[in-house]
Amino acid sequence: MKRTHIVLLATGLAALLVAGCQPEAEVTPEAVIPGSVLPANFPAPVYGFDQNPPTQLGFELGRTLFYDPRLSRDGTISCGSCHQQSAAFSHDGHTVSHGIDGLLGTRNSPALHNLRWQKSFLWDGGANHIETMPAAPITNPVEMGETLENVVRKLNADATYQQRFAQVFGSQPIDSYQLLKALAQFTAALTSSNSRYDHYVRHESGGTLSAQELRGEAIVAQKCVACHATDLFTDNSFRNNGLNQAFPADSGRAHITQRATDRGKFKVPTLHNIARTAPYMHDGRFQTLEQVLDHYDHGVMASPTLDPLLRQPDGRLGIPLNAQQKTDLLAFLHTLTDEQFLTDKRLAERR
Amino acid sequence: MRISSLFLALAVVAVSLTGCENKNTDPDPVAQVGEMDIELDHVVGTSSLVRDAATPNYTTPSGDQFSVSVFRYYISNIKLKKADGTEYAQPESYYLIDDTKAASKRLALKNIPVGDYTGLTFTIGVDSARNMSGAQQGALAQSDMFWTWDSGYVFMKLEGRSPQANAGGFSYHIGGFKKPNIAMRTVSPALPTGVKILVRPDHTPEVHMKVDVMKLLTGPTTVRFATFATAHMPGAAAVQLANNYAAGMFSIDHIHAN
Repeated sequence: MKRTHIVLLATGLAALLVAGCQPEAEVTPEAVIPGSVLPANFPAPVYGFDQNPPTQLGFELGRTLFYDPRLSRDGTISCGSCHQQSAAFSHDGHTVSHGIDGLLGTRNSPALHNLRWQKSFLWDGGANHIETMPAAPITNPVEMGETLENVVRKLNADATYQQRFAQVFGSQPIDSYQLLKALAQFTAALTSSNSRYDHYVRHESGGTLSAQELRGEAIVAQKCVACHATDLFTDNSFRNNGLNQAFPADSGRAHITQRATDRGKFKVPTLHNIARTAPYMHDGRFQTLEQVLDHYDHGVMASPTLDPLLRQPDGRLGIPLNAQQKTDLLAFLHTLTDEQFLTDKRLAERR
Repeated sequence: MRISSLFLALAVVAVSLTGCENKNTDPDPVAQVGEMDIELDHVVGTSSLVRDAATPNYTTPSGDQFSVSVFRYYISNIKLKKADGTEYAQPESYYLIDDTKAASKRLALKNIPVGDYTGLTFTIGVDSARNMSGAQQGALAQSDMFWTWDSGYVFMKLEGRSPQANAGGFSYHIGGFKKPNIAMRTVSPALPTGVKILVRPDHTPEVHMKVDVMKLLTGPTTVRFATFATAHMPGAAAVQLANNYAAGMFSIDHIHAN
């Protein structure tokens, strides 16, 4: 015990001395915690830095946990299995995802980014906090099928985890509090704010939009922002966007609130990285953005809880879009792809 | 371990030294504090709770036979009231009681201002704030007493077997902190007539509280296993069971002054 402390102290001092010899400019970007700066064009976060101050060791521990399949019952499924960085932490090409034992879920794996600004999580908003949210897939029988108690047991049986958790939290043994706080260090760091559009609104270099993309932006401002609000492109609300007339397979928000008036309502997703998060909707029914726009133009189905914004004054359902408008919209949606985020090595699995 | 003890000793010394300084400079008298224990005695009607009986070992007044396999619940926000109406509210007052863990059935309250207390109030369940504040520590550390798909604590779990239940068993997971399905209940079981809880620096009163599982099945709502065998989410069923646990499931049997 004492020897470990002395070694740590010595290592720390040595590190300080070494660091001191190098000019600041040479500090690698690796050393900066992702998402530790709030983007100027985003509103105030729901989950402030003060609630779980980002630390390098905490972030790295959260990253290891995120990619560790031992969080699932049979050691085959990690968070990263269904949340892949190249797909903005959604599941590329999967309508729904497969969990342990090849079991299929019922909903499309949502993209994970800018979670620090979300008031609720999951398509029905059932998880009310970024810290407790991962407990839902961990314990879902068709996802990771595990219990928090058992995950904690496995972590405590691993000497490396023991050491890393102790470094971050200063107390032993590892408990569900430490597990969930560490995971939130990673999930809250998934800030995507460097798409070409973000640079454009912040008047930064590289932030130019073509005439067509600007026309698309104007259409969004006219027809979409009521739901896809702010530069987070969501108002965090739950709405029925006309995918079904009765929602027998999945009642959405009503599953949580048990209110008939919430039947068929699902969380409004962000549009950031939308070109990379196919398939679309809570059940992954649309493979392309063209299909999504066609749905809004002429596929919306009536039901008692259909969002009023999808009923035009003339009684028509949906959001009328002509061919030119669709092309312009698609062009704009592609400006929301944040390549820096999708390829940021700090967010990738360490092998 | 040895180092911890050393640190503890040093810390104690440090605290003591600080305490001496304070006494010299601070004219306020140091508030006197004491301790008390709440002993929870799990019963089913007039019998003790014995879990996992091979054949049903209890019968409801309606004639349903049953045995119990799981009994867990949260008690929180314990308050002690004096005759003059002033209250002491225990800070960070959260307890998870599990019938399989004997130690969990003894709630040790420390640092209570000395006094003659005439009332005891607590909440069955967990206040809404802690249901919405993310990862928690201690008794509130997220476990299988927390719904993950609809964030919130399970306030009470009772599971068991009954030949009258269609599937052979019953399972009540009771919780809910959002309107209209709020299931936390604040109760103030009466103290025995003429008895006070006397908290003194040199006395640790012991409150013996009976927790009667039968009352969960026989309160305002009569629970029949054939028709009411499960509650697994916040909702009307959970509220009915919560109304049952609020109606006399917790009662003070006697108090040892010690």
